[in-house]
Amino acid sequence: MTRLSPARIALYVISALVLLYLILPVLIIAPISFSSARFLTFPPPSFSTRWYQQYFANPAWMQATRVTLTIALLTVVIATPCGVAAAYAISQSRLRIMRVIHMALLLPLVVPIIITAVGIFFVYAKVGLVATLPGLVLANVMLGLPYVVISVLAGLQSFDPAQEMVARSLGMNRLRSFFAVTLPQVKSSVVAGGIFAFISAMDETIVALFISGGQYQPLTKRMFTALRDEIDPTIAAISTLMTAASFMLVLAAGARQKKSG
Amino acid sequence: MLALVSPALLVILALIVLPVGWLAWQSIYHDGFTLENYRRVFTEDIYWRSFALTFEISLAVTVVALLLGYPVAYLANSVPKGWSILILSLVVLPFWTSVLVRAYAWLALLQRTGVINQFLRYLDVISEPLALVHNTFGTVVATVHILLPFMVLPLYATMQKIPGDLMQAGASLGASPSLTFVRVFLPLSLPGVLAGCTMVFVLCLGFYITPELLGGGRTVMVSMLVSRNVELYNQFGAASAVAVVLLLSVLLIFFAVSRFISLDRILGQK
Repeated sequence: MTRLSPARIALYVISALVLLYLILPVLIIAPISFSSARFLTFPPPSFSTRWYQQYFANPAWMQATRVTLTIALLTVVIATPCGVAAAYAISQSRLRIMRVIHMALLLPLVVPIIITAVGIFFVYAKVGLVATLPGLVLANVMLGLPYVVISVLAGLQSFDPAQEMVARSLGMNRLRSFFAVTLPQVKSSVVAGGIFAFISAMDETIVALFISGGQYQPLTKRMFTALRDEIDPTIAAISTLMTAASFMLVLAAGARQKKSG
Repeated sequence: MLALVSPALLVILALIVLPVGWLAWQSIYHDGFTLENYRRVFTEDIYWRSFALTFEISLAVTVVALLLGYPVAYLANSVPKGWSILILSLVVLPFWTSVLVRAYAWLALLQRTGVINQFLRYLDVISEPLALVHNTFGTVVATVHILLPFMVLPLYATMQKIPGDLMQAGASLGASPSLTFVRVFLPLSLPGVLAGCTMVFVLCLGFYITPELLGGGRTVMVSMLVSRNVELYNQFGAASAVAVVLLLSVLLIFFAVSRFISLDRILGQK
């Protein structure tokens, strides 16, 4: 089928190099985090967990971790139902304005995040939401909404609305038929959307740089400031933990999706 | 139905439409209407240079991402399914590590005492460490790394829709594989090229973390201009004007491209 022409060999070599380039940074983090060296040397001189100890022993890092997890959880709890309701309405309604609303809900993906961040900072400064937990959660809800909407809309596309009609003709009201018939069938895309929103809130940095402060500084903001000042392997330890956590979440989402076929 | 969308819509209106509107207002109003902020953006050297640099870097990143991404997408499209799943998994793998983590990794790889310099010195290729980071080079390397999946995925999606029969028809008519590629496959993959390039270019225009951490203060992209005007100089009007010009550039590009391919096709890949 495919002969091994020189062009074909070149294609293999180039692609392999590009793939190496893509995964190299992911692969390099864990060895650095377990190295004993103060400065980044490769290969690491000896195995050590000192950077992990430093992370877990540092109250500032721990506080930042608590803030991040709180924000991410609250974001999911708020963004998921809002996003599911919106996606359902968009898929069911024939109102023309829904197209505009659909586009509006995707705006956070289109507007460069630095602009969003500065804009939110100005608005928050007026209403006193800078450096507050509700302020951070709200901003992350806004940024996470598109992921929920896109994921649930994709799930609803393969759902036949006639099924819900049947449930309603049998006497269920709209709300009950949604929970009994529709939601179970799009559950995996709801979960996937929620996980995306969670990861997006865990990773969010730029908005946090502008609107977080005091005791409410997420991990990413502290990491950013630390990276700007010096390269401390503690960050490699945190990075490894964050990467492991998000991989596990993605695998969980993938497993769910497979299970429901 | 409108009641169902209203919570989501309210959040979007309050936290993106209102803030952006506020920026636009602030850029033209300060104790009376003024175009002073825009005059500065378009005439003062630092602003002008920063915009030029941002467009140059975005263009470079887009071209490099296309050159690196096309072969990978092509390969993924031309191998059996199991292999293409493996290739695409490797392509999206970095998606699941945060941008900050990757910035850290590139610092570890590229700095003077970093892995790459140590390796090259060990091989005796160089005697002095190369300046690979804290400059434009480092910014481009790390930015391409982050944006490459946005190039490969639309390319792959487009290539998958190209019927294999067409290639065989070309071959049966006597064309060499390279001629079939240039005359048949390449033109048919152009919508994917356009979608991928648009996404990468537009995302790159607004990049902040990577140039801030890997640019070493010398590669001042527009996003950094915005943040510095806010954080360091308290020049809110100037920051707003820069933000508005950046946003208009992005919207203009989306609008121009949407005349050739549907916006769903560009954004749908995210």
